[in-house]
Amino acid sequence: MATKSGRTIAHIKQRSVGSVLLRWESILFLIFLAVNIVNYSLSPDKYFNTSNLLRGLRETLVSGMIVFPMAFILLLGDIDLSVGGNVCLSATVLGLVYNASGSIWLGILAAVATGTVCGLINGLLLTRFTELAPMVVTLATNILYRGISEGILGDTATKGMQKVDWFKSLYFGKLGDIYYILIIFLVLAVIFGLVMHKTVFGRQMFAVGENKRAAKYAGIGVEKIRLIVFTLAGFMCGITAMFYCAKTGSVMSNAAEGYELDAICVCVLGGISTAGGKGTLPGAMIAFFTIALLKYGLGLVNIKGQIINVIIGALLVVVVMIPTVQDLIKKHRIKK
Amino acid sequence: MTVKQKTLKKGGKLGEVLRSREISLLLVMVLLCVVIQWRSGGTFFTPGVITQLAQNYAYTAVLTFGMLLVLLIGGIDISIASTLAFSGMASSMLMQHGFLTNPFMVFLVSTLIGLGCGLIIGLVIAKGKVLPIIATLGFQYIVRGLTYVISDSKWVSSDEMLPAFTQFSLDSFLGIPYLAWIFLVLFVIVLLVLKWTEFGRQIYAVGSNAEAAKISGINIDRIKILVYSINGAIAGLAGAMFTSKYASAQSNMATGAEMDVIAACVIGGVSLNGGQGNAVGALLGVITIAIISKSLSLVGIDAFWQQALKGVIILLAVAVNVLVQRNNDREVLKGREI
Repeated sequence: MATKSGRTIAHIKQRSVGSVLLRWESILFLIFLAVNIVNYSLSPDKYFNTSNLLRGLRETLVSGMIVFPMAFILLLGDIDLSVGGNVCLSATVLGLVYNASGSIWLGILAAVATGTVCGLINGLLLTRFTELAPMVVTLATNILYRGISEGILGDTATKGMQKVDWFKSLYFGKLGDIYYILIIFLVLAVIFGLVMHKTVFGRQMFAVGENKRAAKYAGIGVEKIRLIVFTLAGFMCGITAMFYCAKTGSVMSNAAEGYELDAICVCVLGGISTAGGKGTLPGAMIAFFTIALLKYGLGLVNIKGQIINVIIGALLVVVVMIPTVQDLIKKHRIKK
Repeated sequence: MTVKQKTLKKGGKLGEVLRSREISLLLVMVLLCVVIQWRSGGTFFTPGVITQLAQNYAYTAVLTFGMLLVLLIGGIDISIASTLAFSGMASSMLMQHGFLTNPFMVFLVSTLIGLGCGLIIGLVIAKGKVLPIIATLGFQYIVRGLTYVISDSKWVSSDEMLPAFTQFSLDSFLGIPYLAWIFLVLFVIVLLVLKWTEFGRQIYAVGSNAEAAKISGINIDRIKILVYSINGAIAGLAGAMFTSKYASAQSNMATGAEMDVIAACVIGGVSLNGGQGNAVGALLGVITIAIISKSLSLVGIDAFWQQALKGVIILLAVAVNVLVQRNNDREVLKGREI
């Protein structure tokens, strides 16, 4: 019901304000600029230091990989709370297979396979039992995936992945001044952006998110698309697990905790409504870099992570309320 | 065959289906208990274990009733664990600095702080027209962060608390721990309110069809704000229960509790789409979660596999729920054809 009423609101807004998407991104861009200015004025000599900046960005890139598939899932009007557990399980498998076989390639393959299978399980559950809310199913599979990892690892960690130099350089290595992981991230952003906005598949995703029934009657394989997107999310969890291992070199059962909510937060801030059918990937990217720079900039002046979370949370709530406030002001003017 | 269909047709009313769902859940629970009792060699159903169970899960149970109300209006609140931590921490700090000298005042203040948090969340959702999941996601960050800010990441330890306050969670009345009394009383209140008051019926109306409820003259915003405020107050109450039980207040307490609470509601047959579910179901759901969590170690399953099993059980519960519902719908259709 909540999603339904959310969608009606989105509709009214779209008609009254015109091209909301453009406006949303311009608001976001203003926030992005504001964050940069605040950060710069807080630490003028350190903030625009290229190597600092890039290292600060790199911190958030691993969990940022989840933003792409999450954008797709939210666009469909679904939600996936299991990505954290999935990354954790995939990373666990990577560590175990590597330690057992001594081959990092085999480990990566196993991790990506695990992630994909977990995503497929989510997709199958949701498309076979269409009555079920995605939130419930993925909440349960999140507990399940992380639980399996916890069952395997107990309170120990699987380690040693950073012994392989090239694997470690996935996170730490750089080409010139720029980290490999940033390049990969940007390439992925372009690919996912093109799929979302320039392909038939992307248009179909928008259609499904806007109105599932109408999309079905228009001949779109709604359940097929949902299955593909959830499996893709699982695949990306496997990829994220690889970078996670490259970054930390060891995996415990609390790995990747909270990735799901971070990714959802970025997407929503970027204008991708959880009600589905609305939003752009560039918007999500602006939001991602805004939050990443905010974390980096405030970290420079030794503001604690918890306070940064308060700011991010407040930013999320306030930004999401902007359209409502705009509507109110407009109504007020009309009355006058 | 025809006889069977006829009886089914008679029982096709929504109330009947709902009631049978709770009975089936109860059967599953009894079966679970019998198996556990048998496998654990009779160590499960002892007064000691039951009392411990009630004390440990009282705060989860209390939160479940708040979440029930929120889910019934078609909302969701994933910020309750943060509200719990914030109000528990704030009231404990007031106690630490000597502003609160009566244990009941601690409970009251904690509840009021939670009420304030819930009120703000309700206003943002109702007046700001923010989707509940997004608003409460934001407040999860904000309120948890504020907990760290006010406490400066420090603990309030048991020797800084009132002895009477920490003793409260250990004492019992008529053989039932005080903490269990709290959730039993709350259960009765929620049950009565949902069934026999105008407010309760309005909650169902908003959850089943918000547009229709609006047209029939229900002030939806008011109901939403009220429900989120009540939920916040309950989370605040749970905060005091939590700090009393564990005799310390930490900034990261009860992290992730919202997931257990939502799971309890879902097992109890509460729909996330709103308008479906009741207090009895929620109670059974939270008892099931508590029994599962407690019993696995008793029947010799490694503690580390408990979470995985919990996930499987939630999945099974919701899948079975769907299959039963489908079967019911089909039978009802068959009945109509004849």
